[in-house]
Amino acid sequence: MYDVTIIGCGVTGAAAAYELSKFRLSIAVLEKENDVACGTTKANSAIAHAGYDPKPGTKMARLNVLGSEMMESLCRRLNVEYERTGSLVLAFDEEDMRSLRALCERGRENGVRGLEIISGAKALEMEPNINPEVVGALYAPTAAIVNPWGLCIALAGTAVMNGAELFLNSEVRGIERGDGYFRIKTASGALETRYIVNASGAHSDKISEMVAKPFFKIIPVKGEYFLLDKSQGGLVRRVIFQPPNEDGKGVLIAPTVHGNLIVGPTSERVTDPEDCSVTARGLEKVLNISSRSSGKIDFRETIRNFAGIRASAEIDDFILEASAPGFINAAAIKSPGLTAAPAIGLEIVRLLEEEGLRPEKREDFREYRSGTLFKDMTPGDRSEALKRDKRFGRVVCRCETITEGDILDALKGPIPPVSIDGVKRRCRAGSGRCQGGFCGPRVHEILSRERGIRMEEVCQDKAGSFLLTGRTKEGCGL
Amino acid sequence: MTQRYDVAVVGAGPAGLAAACSAYENGAEKVIVIDRDREAGGILNQCIHSGFGLHYFKEELTGPEYAGRFEEMLRKTGSRLMLDTMVLKVTQNREIHMMSPKEGYSVISAGAVVLAMGCRERTRGAVGIPGARPAGVFTAGAAQRYVNIEGYMVGRRVVILGSGDIGLIMARRMTLEGAKVLACVEIMPHSNGLARNIVQCLEDYGIPLYLSHTVTEIRGKNRVEAVKVQRVDESLKPVPGTEMIFDCDTVLLSVGLIPENELTRDAGIKIDPRTKGPYVYENMETTVPGVFACGNVVHVHDLVDFVTAESKKAGEAAAKYANNSALNAFNSDLKAIINGENVAYTVPQSIRTENTDKFAEVFFRVKRVFGDSVIELKDGEKPLKAYKRQHMAPGEMEHIIIPKDMLLSAAGSLTISVKEEEKQ
Repeated sequence: MYDVTIIGCGVTGAAAAYELSKFRLSIAVLEKENDVACGTTKANSAIAHAGYDPKPGTKMARLNVLGSEMMESLCRRLNVEYERTGSLVLAFDEEDMRSLRALCERGRENGVRGLEIISGAKALEMEPNINPEVVGALYAPTAAIVNPWGLCIALAGTAVMNGAELFLNSEVRGIERGDGYFRIKTASGALETRYIVNASGAHSDKISEMVAKPFFKIIPVKGEYFLLDKSQGGLVRRVIFQPPNEDGKGVLIAPTVHGNLIVGPTSERVTDPEDCSVTARGLEKVLNISSRSSGKIDFRETIRNFAGIRASAEIDDFILEASAPGFINAAAIKSPGLTAAPAIGLEIVRLLEEEGLRPEKREDFREYRSGTLFKDMTPGDRSEALKRDKRFGRVVCRCETITEGDILDALKGPIPPVSIDGVKRRCRAGSGRCQGGFCGPRVHEILSRERGIRMEEVCQDKAGSFLLTGRTKEGCGL
Repeated sequence: MTQRYDVAVVGAGPAGLAAACSAYENGAEKVIVIDRDREAGGILNQCIHSGFGLHYFKEELTGPEYAGRFEEMLRKTGSRLMLDTMVLKVTQNREIHMMSPKEGYSVISAGAVVLAMGCRERTRGAVGIPGARPAGVFTAGAAQRYVNIEGYMVGRRVVILGSGDIGLIMARRMTLEGAKVLACVEIMPHSNGLARNIVQCLEDYGIPLYLSHTVTEIRGKNRVEAVKVQRVDESLKPVPGTEMIFDCDTVLLSVGLIPENELTRDAGIKIDPRTKGPYVYENMETTVPGVFACGNVVHVHDLVDFVTAESKKAGEAAAKYANNSALNAFNSDLKAIINGENVAYTVPQSIRTENTDKFAEVFFRVKRVFGDSVIELKDGEKPLKAYKRQHMAPGEMEHIIIPKDMLLSAAGSLTISVKEEEKQ
């Protein structure tokens, strides 16, 4: 019998697991995929929003601002890439200026620090590559960029290091209520638990309905993006928004913590919560809308397109409550969900306490620090690393200068990756401009060797995404 | 103490090996070749098909055989071959910073440096193919490595996007290994591959080539399940109503190669946006004195024999520079070579007349397919020379020879353009 079971290990579930692992509790984390951070967490804008967007008084507003304040020190402690760049919302006419003033007002009400409306000239001075027709901008100095999957892996890794049990490939098939406990059937077995936290993202309505009366529907909203080469990474120094519209925060341009440039997203309702396909129409839309913010993006330097699903619901707030006794929903965590995650983790502990959980602080809580890549080490640490393992001297991923030692370190973490993309999410091998063209087969070989799995069994990403169909010289199988 | 070499070569593919051998033959005593891989030969090691060496050795070799001959030549010179070593930085004063499991971080200095890092493949991201993101989409070269070096099949039913040479070669290889290659799809109205590869790799195996078509959607949840192919119009936009669905588990991309010039750029060497390689002079010297470049890092070649010839030129010049016997005729009588109508780029980009012996060679690519046609060399508006050709295509590199006296007599820059031959 577990005390608490968390369903879903995106950044929300991981933040809940992290906070709960500070207590003497037996914790289970159920994840349907073969790794954590596989859904919305790995495909979003990677922004820690300042907090002027959500309506004052909503959970979204409160947790956004609190999360934004918690994020910096949390990332520093977990060694997750984070940079407080600040953001600008650009205005091009009087109507835009009106919405900027409304945003600024709303932000102040939400408690966002340092908001300021600046002139077009000042905006251009700060960001010389934006559209020179800018007439004014809302400057939010507390906005930041962050590595979302890195944060999720570090939060979940900390929970695992402190005794939480992570069950991968364990999609929840059904939940039965017992007397003061739940029995959960998953793809990998069954378990019993006193409390449940539903953090299953785009699937959270279905999980909720296994326990509580249906009261919300997740509307999957797809966002398509461009990720550009580091040659474009310096185009802007801050996150550049346009005034929000009915589709959300609109198309942004931002540097990433890894030095690339991200441009997107679109906002399109879809029916399939797993639909991460990119479309010619969507990408063209990003091209057109982003050109209003800056005409200087060289899209020929694109290294990847991707799409992510935001788990929206009819109501314009997070669903964060006990929807049945002992059953906490952390649902409809759309933007600013990543920013709010650290605060949502705390909120979930509070909600569980309201439901009767009486957790006891543990003295031996330790945080998991993500590894520092060889290229980012000090010269002294580099020689130490080379002494420890000569394979830090072998560069496997040439675009990002990732060594075999870095990959071996990633494989030794509390949640070891099983796929090539899992390795990429932990140490960036394959995330550069050749997109794994050269290092993919090498990483493949290392994964197979170190984890003792056959080459044919190694996947690109999710279970079933196999790369090889067999050996050569075996004929066509007819 | 940093070790000192006469000539240091970055990359031990066909370009680097030929440059190193040639540097030694031309008087460089201490030569070092550095490569990130565990074997010399570069991408040739995975090119197990034949067709290499017809020009240079006058016989037909496989890729590994061609590389092996140069590796053997290099061994005989007693030069140092440093493998499993990544060059991290090349400086303007010709220091090379590198790292290997064996020696950790080290720095050497050289009298002259030859950059021969080759090129990489354009990816799905670079061409922006819409659709899902399942496994089973490989660049042709990555697939070639899996099949030819690792001994694994990457799929059973294959569609190839792009008709570059590696894609064509892989169409044949996958067929011979028992896979079904359903189609080769090329967005342009002409192939970018060699004519001989179209015949020997597609036509001989009955693989259809769809010109002016492209893949407009990739389908599949975890592994590729199908692709949608559409015809494109003259502006390369998909034409509605021309959709074809191919049930396949694999997409191979052969959509172009990009010279790998991160080290070059970091060294402050000028890059030509047309070739995406360094600007070079007649002897393959870059804009940084004493740093030379050759092979696919300068511009993408279609035949390794031409890489060898270009690299020998670079190696010779590097040896001369290291031994202080180069003319160093920087900026003296500099003739820029301009790509005129229908010419995509030229290599070299400019010629120092005094540095040429009897003539200068200029390589270039045409922008479209030509039948009977004329390459015109002009000095400003003044025609200097016309070279007749019966056939030219973007997939086949062209070259002309300019006599030195013509270079000397030219007043300004030289323009190379191409036009159809006027019918009498």
